[in-house]
Amino acid sequence: MAEVFADAASVDLAPIRLVDPDGSPTAEDRYSRDLPPETLSWLYELMVVTRGLDSEFINLQRQGELALFASCRGQEAAQIGAAACLRKTDWLFPQYREIGAFLLRGITPAQMGAVWRGKWHGGLGFTERCCAPISIPIGTHGLHAVGAAMGAQRLGEDSVTLAFLGDGATSEGDAHEALNFAAVFNAPCVFFIQNNGWAISVPVSHQMAAPSIAHRAIGYGMPGIRVDGNDVLACYAVVADAAKRAREGGGPTLIEAITYRMGPHTTSDDPTRYRSEVEVAHWAALDPIDRYRTYLQGIGVWSERLEERVTARSKRVRAELRESVVGADDFDVGEMFDTVYHDITPDLVRQREQLRDELAKEA
Amino acid sequence: MTQIIERPPMHGDDVPEPRGPILTSLPQSPTLTMAQAINRALHDAMAADDRVLVFGEDVAVLGGVFRVTEGLAETFGEQRCFDTPLAESGIVGIAIGLAIRGFVPVPEIQFDGFAAPAFDQMVSHLAKYRMRTHGDVDMPVTIRIPSFGGIGAVEHHSESTESYWLHTAGLKVVVPSTPSDAYWLLRQAIVSRDPVIYLEPKRRYWTREVVDTSTPALPIGRAGVRRIGTDVTVLTYGSLVATALSAADLAEQHGWSLEVVDLRSLNPLDFDTVADSVRKTGRAIVMHEGPRTLGFGAELAARIQEELFYDLEAPVLRATGFDTPYPPARLEKLWLPGPDRLLDCVERAMGQP
Repeated sequence: MAEVFADAASVDLAPIRLVDPDGSPTAEDRYSRDLPPETLSWLYELMVVTRGLDSEFINLQRQGELALFASCRGQEAAQIGAAACLRKTDWLFPQYREIGAFLLRGITPAQMGAVWRGKWHGGLGFTERCCAPISIPIGTHGLHAVGAAMGAQRLGEDSVTLAFLGDGATSEGDAHEALNFAAVFNAPCVFFIQNNGWAISVPVSHQMAAPSIAHRAIGYGMPGIRVDGNDVLACYAVVADAAKRAREGGGPTLIEAITYRMGPHTTSDDPTRYRSEVEVAHWAALDPIDRYRTYLQGIGVWSERLEERVTARSKRVRAELRESVVGADDFDVGEMFDTVYHDITPDLVRQREQLRDELAKEA
Repeated sequence: MTQIIERPPMHGDDVPEPRGPILTSLPQSPTLTMAQAINRALHDAMAADDRVLVFGEDVAVLGGVFRVTEGLAETFGEQRCFDTPLAESGIVGIAIGLAIRGFVPVPEIQFDGFAAPAFDQMVSHLAKYRMRTHGDVDMPVTIRIPSFGGIGAVEHHSESTESYWLHTAGLKVVVPSTPSDAYWLLRQAIVSRDPVIYLEPKRRYWTREVVDTSTPALPIGRAGVRRIGTDVTVLTYGSLVATALSAADLAEQHGWSLEVVDLRSLNPLDFDTVADSVRKTGRAIVMHEGPRTLGFGAELAARIQEELFYDLEAPVLRATGFDTPYPPARLEKLWLPGPDRLLDCVERAMGQP
């Protein structure tokens, strides 16, 4: 295995691209862009609905209903393409910005909104959809994806795990340990690094001196692939290929998806302090949804009817989020004691009683 | 209800002995060293539940640097007992991923001092995972850490880490002091659906006793009285239980009767047993190896004065290590709390400074 990827030339700096920014198909012939029309429409729907949901999250934060939100605007193609090619039983290990992937898995706006509302950490019910809770510490969950992949090996499954990491995460020691463990154990794990240009205010050029994030794969003895992260079909195809290899026992892959975080790091951030309007405008012109719509129009898959359906669903999902968040009940305080341990400790029982007594006195 | 545990044999407490080979078919009540008892517990746990996995640095082919995992890879195969790359955060990180998929990981951190690289995974994820998933995902992970000092080791091989874990909600912490307790606490930790940090007092690895592997000892969450006394309660755990028992022999010569409580389980803590003893004696001394400031002794002293103030005849005292980094091996005997430091506290508690 290792010698195959031990050459810097094995990583192509030019990202895989199946659809050009102007919406026309590229000459790339190593990967297929031929998906059934219903799959193509589904991807479009997911991207549009994700963007609508993202906007609603921001609105709700601005209206004081949510404590914080981390927008994925601009990264819809990357995260939806990566998650869409997998099976429902393949585990996802998200960072925290992957609402497109959550939506795809059937995680409801209410379940996602719980995090940003401050209702509960991690999200609600994610694991029922084979998706780990969101991970606020950066890059630490890559190891969980590797462990889960090692579990799949031991269960005799042909499932894969997908770890979503960012460019900043690749500087963390745990990202290194995850990549190395995955390679050593030949774990069926795909590392999907969304290189969105910025780790809050620090650009990728300050995270590493390597030619690219994908080049790091050489040191781990696994394939490293760069993909245009604003090209949903390229992301789909590259992850599908890596997942297929992993299922067949071919081990992990490091994929760097080059994309851009159009919004601030979170609603608490002010990106005008560290990046230029020119840069943002450059990436706005490379918008993944506009590109994909133009492509679908070109191949005759887009229609007014599709647009109406997609717009209607976006509206419904936005309303669902708003309804689930505005005035939502908090959990009973007992939950914060009862969920810590499977077998609660006597000390926690006493502390729970203490809080109940405090509340009873206030009432 | 106070549970009396017979005093363990003192033979070989401080002198490492060569061990015999691990037998694949052991009698139910063999005489085992603590290291062998832990090995036997791992064997039995892996045999009882095929979801149990043992992994870490040098645990498979070598059988562990203390040979505690000897024979596991041969018996259960490399899928269930395997060597990992040298990366402690990675070891705990994959344990979490394996637990998500329904496995029961029992990773080893080779030495106490090397738990530090795994701190983030243990504190930010392992401890919080159940709560973060609103109780949907249990973390039945038992992390074994050969711990504490007294073996003449180099730096970073003699640390007391329990306070870090005890200050982290979501982790249970147990420390055996005898081979029997080592066996049963580990079996119970592995069966537990919660993450358990299992600290092995490595200077007692070679103490021997008959271990009854058919009848469970006290569960996690229960302390045991190792010696009954009337004047002073000594609260301790792990390697210092034997030290406290020797000090109790010496104290008897001065006419002081020490009751030695082996805490065994630091979280959950059996404060009822502590309270029963302190109410009886009116005096409490906490003894632990780790530095004094914010050691477990601080918590116990606070708790005893909060709940038992009017039962006390003397302030709660602490016989501990010092607030220095663990010293070089040639100085460790002076640093570690021994019978003398404990007896100084006993004198003070008895009003004879």
